[in-house]
Amino acid sequence: MAKVTFREERCKGCGLCVGACPKKIVALDETKLNQQGHHPAKVTEPEKCIGCAFCATMCPDCVITVER
Amino acid sequence: MIVFEKPKALADVKLHYCPGCTHGIIHRLVAEAIDELGIEGRTIGVAPVGCSVFAYNYFNCDMVQAAHGRAPAVATGVKRADPNNIVFTYQGDGDLAAIGTAETVHSAARGENITVIFVNNAIYGMTGGQMAPTTLPGQVTQTSPYGRQVESVGYPVKVCELLSNVTGAAYLERVAVNDVKNVKNAARAIKKAFRYQLEGKGFSLIEVLSTCPTNWGLTPDKALKWLEENMMPYYPLGVYKDKYAEEAGK
Repeated sequence: MAKVTFREERCKGCGLCVGACPKKIVALDETKLNQQGHHPAKVTEPEKCIGCAFCATMCPDCVITVER
Repeated sequence: MIVFEKPKALADVKLHYCPGCTHGIIHRLVAEAIDELGIEGRTIGVAPVGCSVFAYNYFNCDMVQAAHGRAPAVATGVKRADPNNIVFTYQGDGDLAAIGTAETVHSAARGENITVIFVNNAIYGMTGGQMAPTTLPGQVTQTSPYGRQVESVGYPVKVCELLSNVTGAAYLERVAVNDVKNVKNAARAIKKAFRYQLEGKGFSLIEVLSTCPTNWGLTPDKALKWLEENMMPYYPLGVYKDKYAEEAGK
């Protein structure tokens, strides 16, 4: 199963990963603020992830690691 | 199995760029090329003046920082001092296409065996969003509040088209980072430019169309859209020169 991990403290909440996800399961976590004051991105339904790494490809801050 | 992680040639530090700025993506693509070719130990980068001046903090290879626009001249010296070095410059449009036009054209004309990464976001980013030589006709910036008026300030400089007439240039390609497909294509082009240098083929320049959400006044996702709808028609993507493909075709 594909696994996506976010290094939340580096995330700037720009949302480029959100727009890149073909399954529409990446979202900004509005319930959380990181040290920089941004809402970090997260995967809402991990079981639907196909591990394509599109989110990581568009991330300008290397926040995302993808395993498959 | 890990299918995607931060490349090793990229330092493990927080980038200072604004949220959604595609400089981060382009940094990563350069680092990936260095990793894949296994050249980190003998690569030397030249950082410009502009937003990406701190590039010297972000790559794990040796870095030099050049005076505004002079990166290709400095790279020339670094390369000639020891041709075994793999030398790249990383420059924005305010650096390369404005104050550094002479250095860019002449290092291409001399056919210096270096790789130039040219990030074009059609604006001066670091100084607050003034009109640059690459600003599109009609584009609103801090210093062109009614849009760029070509009658008074002329037309944008198209660097790839300009250099395609320079005999010394070996490989010129324009790519963009507005979506996954184009990012992957940009990765291929950047790696090819480094490979050409390894093979001693001469001057290569990759122009990467990039965004500046802050100074364009757009959200990061809308900035990608703006790039696609406005910049890509004016600055068409593609290979502008590939001396060795041309020779192979003859």
